[in-house]
Amino acid sequence: MIEARNLCFSYGSGSVLSGISFSADSGSLIAVLGPNGVGKTTFFRCLLGFLKPSSGSVLINGKDVGQYSKKELAHEIAYIPQSYNPVFNHTVLDCVLMGLTASLSTFEQPGPEHEKKALQCLQMLGIEKLAHRGSMKISGGERQLMLIARALVQDAKVLIMDEPTSSLDYGNSFMVMKCISDLRDRGYTILFSSHNPDQGLRWADRVLALRDGRILADGPAEKSLSGNVLKELYGIDVSVNNVSTRDGQYTVCIPLGGKNAQDV
Amino acid sequence: MKYRTKLTLLCVSCLFVFIVSFFIGRYGIDFPTVLKILADRFVRLVTFGKLGLGQTWTAAQQSIVVNIRLPRIAASALVGAALATAGAAYQGMFRNPMVSPDILGASTGAGFGAALAILLGFSYSGITTMSFVFGMAAVLLAWLVSKSSRIQTTIAMVLAGVMVSSLFSAGTSFVKLVADTQSQLPAITYWLMGSLSSVKTADLHFALIPILIGLVPLFLLRWRINLLTVSEAEARSMGIETGRLRLLVIICATLMTSASVSISGMIGWVGLAIPHFCRLIFGQDYRRLIPCSALMGATFLMLVDNISRTITTAEIPLGILTAFIGAPVFLYLIITGGSARND
Repeated sequence: MIEARNLCFSYGSGSVLSGISFSADSGSLIAVLGPNGVGKTTFFRCLLGFLKPSSGSVLINGKDVGQYSKKELAHEIAYIPQSYNPVFNHTVLDCVLMGLTASLSTFEQPGPEHEKKALQCLQMLGIEKLAHRGSMKISGGERQLMLIARALVQDAKVLIMDEPTSSLDYGNSFMVMKCISDLRDRGYTILFSSHNPDQGLRWADRVLALRDGRILADGPAEKSLSGNVLKELYGIDVSVNNVSTRDGQYTVCIPLGGKNAQDV
Repeated sequence: MKYRTKLTLLCVSCLFVFIVSFFIGRYGIDFPTVLKILADRFVRLVTFGKLGLGQTWTAAQQSIVVNIRLPRIAASALVGAALATAGAAYQGMFRNPMVSPDILGASTGAGFGAALAILLGFSYSGITTMSFVFGMAAVLLAWLVSKSSRIQTTIAMVLAGVMVSSLFSAGTSFVKLVADTQSQLPAITYWLMGSLSSVKTADLHFALIPILIGLVPLFLLRWRINLLTVSEAEARSMGIETGRLRLLVIICATLMTSASVSISGMIGWVGLAIPHFCRLIFGQDYRRLIPCSALMGATFLMLVDNISRTITTAEIPLGILTAFIGAPVFLYLIITGGSARND
């Protein structure tokens, strides 16, 4: 369980986050929405303990993030970057093994049992066949899954994902989000940032909408993401509609204003 | 092929080249004699001189094998291993496949340090220390410049290294200019040229220690060097503070570089080309890359040294031969954007 209490952060004189409070139990999938530069990344960096809050605190299992050693913290919370630009073509398995850093002593190296564990994590995401492929030679979606596998091998229960689908095509985005939602069902707590409110509506249990460093809305996606909230978030008119599909009812957003703009 | 098979092959070829090298030279010695002399040396070394084989060879043969060929072969193996390992380490720690001890300016910096120390009349250990200090300074300077540069880091680092290198080589020329032509200038020239042909057992002892001090930590920490190739934020979230590791790797690699400059002068390209050959054959994992680079570097330089002393009547400087192999590798890296292809 992760909790932020009245979290504030500022770079010099510019305040980025002001008074963010929220908490998440295990087994929840939370979408963090907000326009560019609203402080989503700063928020995540505070949760991960990379940045020290100006005031307020971040607690994981009731203990302040600053009180954990780096190794302990790595066993609690993992970070999955937006994209991975490898300089060297390490194999997928080698990359996943890096997640074991916190479990190994300084001069220790991963052995067969660690490789087995890494393969299990790859299997959990359905990409065990890629284990010996080069990380430069796989698709963006596969690479994203590889990074998730690396976080799983780390044994952390809270996963922080910075725009996990921003560089992926439509199909790969779906595949990655499906895997993320399966992990929620396995009891992981996952926070992901996104530029697409539909992703929040489709996948998340809960949406955290940030605006000007504050929480604008927090709650189940269908309730939180009203047309008004979206207007305030992104500055455009959005129609929020229910559609029925063969899988049941879904809520989707449709941005409006194109036609009117032409008329004017 | 499995890693173990490949590694065994590499070890066998290293040993093979090591032994074959003893037969190469103007003075012909037959196979059993060389083996006997080497076995005798080995037994004496292990038993601290208490035991030895009965001498069935001439004193001249003994002298050629033990005093001339052995130090030279051991030196080329040592320098090759040191430069290749340092290159692999630099590449990982700078996240840059296009760097090596010579490209970063470490070798030139070390050469300048040595020249300056000779000018100031330092002792042997003083010269080695200065060589290391300036090698370090060169690498740190190239690193700082590339970090604050607005050009893409990979290329900025190569360019900065070239500039730092030319700065230190100008410094060396200046030191030579003001040095005493009777005693200091020959000493400096001798040090910088340092062809392997003049290596003596005593030089080897001096270089062996710093090279081992650099090599052993890199070998022990080799898996962790992988972590230096990912972004700072990722490494941190995986529970490691990379700053200290980075500094340690840079110190070890530079120590090995400056120690090898002290026995062999500046030999370019080995530190760039060998790690890339290893990447192609053994993959990118530093668990394999460090030991394989050391072995392959040793084999390679012994081989090149054999060629250099047999191909023509006059010896060809090693740097010429290594450039023939290294420069095309660098061109290939420019074309492919620095990635050795392997899946």
